Amino acid sequence: MSTTSSDSAGASGRAVAGAVGIAGAPTDQGSGKGIAWLGEGSQLFILSVLGIGAFVLLMMLLSFVSEMFGGGGAGEAVDPGTGTITLALSTEPPQLDSTRATDMVSGQILGHVMEGLVRYDEFNRIVPGVAERWEIDESEAVFHLRDDSRWSDGTPVTAHDFVFAWRTAVEPETASEYAFILYPIKNARAVNEGDLPVTALGATAVDDHTLAVQLERPIGYFDKLVAFPTYYPIKQDFYEGRDGRYGADPEDLLYNGPFAIERWVHGAQLRMTRNDEYWARDRIHLNAIDYAYITSDVNATLNLFKDGKVAIASLDAETLHDALEQRWKLERFNDGSVFFIEFNHRPERLTHNRNLRKAIQLVVDPAELVYKVIKLPGNTPGESLFPVWLKGVNGYFRQEYPAPEHRVDIARAHDYLTRARQELGLDPLPPLIFLSGDNPAANKQSEYFQEVFASRLGLEVKIDRQIFKQRLAKMTAGEFDMVLAGWGPDYADPLTFGDLFASWNKNNRGAYVNPELDAWVEVAQSSLVPEERMQAFDEIQKIIYDDAVILPNYERGSVFVRNPRLKGVVRRAVGTDPDYTGAYIADG
Amino acid sequence: MIRYTVIRLIQGVITVWFIATATFFAMHAVPGDPLMNDKAISEEIRRNLEAQYGLDKPLPVQYVIYIGNMLKGDFGISFAQENRSVNDIIREHFPVSAILGILAITFAGLGGILFGALTARYRNKMPDIVIMFLVILGISVPSFVFAALGQFALVNLNAFFGTSILPVAGWGTLSHMIAPSLVLGLGTMAFLTRLMRSSMLEIVSSDYVRTARSKGLPTTRIFLRHELRNAILPVVTVLGPSIAAITTGGFVVELVFAIPGLGRYFVQAVQQLDYTVIMGTTVFYGAFLVFMVIVVDLLYGLIDPRVRLE
Repeated sequence: MSTTSSDSAGASGRAVAGAVGIAGAPTDQGSGKGIAWLGEGSQLFILSVLGIGAFVLLMMLLSFVSEMFGGGGAGEAVDPGTGTITLALSTEPPQLDSTRATDMVSGQILGHVMEGLVRYDEFNRIVPGVAERWEIDESEAVFHLRDDSRWSDGTPVTAHDFVFAWRTAVEPETASEYAFILYPIKNARAVNEGDLPVTALGATAVDDHTLAVQLERPIGYFDKLVAFPTYYPIKQDFYEGRDGRYGADPEDLLYNGPFAIERWVHGAQLRMTRNDEYWARDRIHLNAIDYAYITSDVNATLNLFKDGKVAIASLDAETLHDALEQRWKLERFNDGSVFFIEFNHRPERLTHNRNLRKAIQLVVDPAELVYKVIKLPGNTPGESLFPVWLKGVNGYFRQEYPAPEHRVDIARAHDYLTRARQELGLDPLPPLIFLSGDNPAANKQSEYFQEVFASRLGLEVKIDRQIFKQRLAKMTAGEFDMVLAGWGPDYADPLTFGDLFASWNKNNRGAYVNPELDAWVEVAQSSLVPEERMQAFDEIQKIIYDDAVILPNYERGSVFVRNPRLKGVVRRAVGTDPDYTGAYIADG
Repeated sequence: MIRYTVIRLIQGVITVWFIATATFFAMHAVPGDPLMNDKAISEEIRRNLEAQYGLDKPLPVQYVIYIGNMLKGDFGISFAQENRSVNDIIREHFPVSAILGILAITFAGLGGILFGALTARYRNKMPDIVIMFLVILGISVPSFVFAALGQFALVNLNAFFGTSILPVAGWGTLSHMIAPSLVLGLGTMAFLTRLMRSSMLEIVSSDYVRTARSKGLPTTRIFLRHELRNAILPVVTVLGPSIAAITTGGFVVELVFAIPGLGRYFVQAVQQLDYTVIMGTTVFYGAFLVFMVIVVDLLYGLIDPRVRLE
């Protein structure tokens, strides 16, 4: 703005200076009063009427233009007449190309419009999808595809569509972030690293309806893995015909799932209607799912719910109070992820010292954090890296192999701290860097921990607040002593958590190295005996507690309100969530 | 006049280039990068991604390539919305922000001028005191509070009448626009009211108005030609930057009312370090702001004969 000319700067300067002078000084306004002013009063009135008129006219004019960009008039939360439900989406799905999608929202949409070899049912069991049945042994998996599964253009879904999608995902040029999830397939890693041609991938279409997969190593959970979106099929000639725009708009996608996207106005609306080519269409009750609002504002979504415009609204600590006042029925579910304090185990860091970590571990009380600080129903105190919903040999893993018992013990904590001080030769210890996200929830938690460490251990902690990407950058570079971190599952096997602290895992951002833990991870990866695998996970669980690798904080829950007429919505930790495929509108 | 315009435009281009350069290097200096995600990626995948987005080249080279593409009008592909070009994002979402902005500024301008004149007319009387109290509220309360309160009021209004009088959120029809544009324009309107009031008070006691009055001119003529026209000048001065501020600053209102405007993408891009979108929206908004300031300066010459543009 340094380019403003001297002329106009002078003019505006004059006007403003004059205005300030008058506002501050008493003037002889008395002389201005009189008959002349009276006329101006009514003139003002007429002018205001004209002004309002002009405003309304302008709005009407602009409304014609804006209809091209907006979601249009949305219906009621549930409309039994048309079989439509209306919902709000927290954000625009960033990527609907299943080979490259990485986020939850894209996964949620893809789970409704696509179908993989298998899918999850309402009890979170793996059930047939495009594949009717399958056999998996040590070196090979064979999937037999149903012959009535069709794309939305009416052509059949074949084994070739899976081979093409998987090859695309591991191809280096695709640069798929989730290519690693295909690594159990023979040569997938080598292809992805550019060492082998894409045709070397161990997946072949024996015929149109038989898919044979050669495995890199024995894998006991491959049936669960193929439920993941990266394993969804893509029709080759359609994909190639989109010229790099596959998934960008409704017409740039071919659907084989229960629904198809009918209308997608970026940032405003995404409307899915029942896919009449879907093989199990008789089981789908809803005609349309209309995400008519795209906003991450929890309060706005709750207002829409109150107004009867959306059928489901998630709650946070602030809106929860509002919902309680309305006496709405709250529903809660565990979203599957685990949150914890992760230590930096790099040798140059103080937290490399086990005694210091044990001292900190012994003053931390997850129950206090969950019930007194977070105070949002649905969250449960963290006890282990492995969340409670994971299945073990027969029942739940955590029932078969309970988490190590944890109790706050300040006296013992001080013993550990004294030893740590001696080993480190530092008294007092310099402040520890506590890396945290920059949002109200993270602030609350990091300040709570700061206070706990100070009052119970006399340990000074410096909070380093960073926005998401910066926090990740600092975690990766190891610029922290402790960090508030979390982990969400990719598939329904304990290994999705179990290999997190293996020395080779890129997500092991605290750089924890322990050959013993690595050995157990290898057992869990390649054994086909459930008992053996679960035993390995239990050993990992014990090491993580004994060595204070992380301090579990909570298993994240989610609270939401639902229109009572909308039934059959499935919430789950792994897979499409929320899942409306089996939802229906009850008679009200 | 033409010479002046050309000089201003050249200065404007230099300003925009400066904005682009500063943003480019500041953005790359921030720790982290757009390829970083919740789940770590392997070296190979990272290399592939870097090659795809041209991040594997040295920064000065990236800069030259970027400026070159920018001159061709190509802002690149978004990192976060991987299938959409930044040009598409601006094309699809700026009109929404612009419509919202135009409505808000019209509302603010009309309201500001009317209320300003009104308070000046009834100086130190009831209407003045009430309006000026509201004005102070309007200036000091941030727009996200108004947005939340406005939406809360709509919910209760609809509940009271038992039917949908006005939609609580969304975009697309006339009824969707009313609440957000009022909320967005409120702060500016309050500010303009104050400006108009003091400007009007200065004008009504000036010599030429007294002269006009003593000549016996009709009150309508005095009011419209001598008072209003002259008092509006300072309002016009701030209108240009206000238009830019309102169209770019609608982020919270867009979020609360679920409006698909560009402001949301602008703020999200910064949070996600979406390099191409940060650059595209910053350069676009920067150019828009510079352009509006030039337009206002030119307009000034038309309204105020005392200002000569050379």
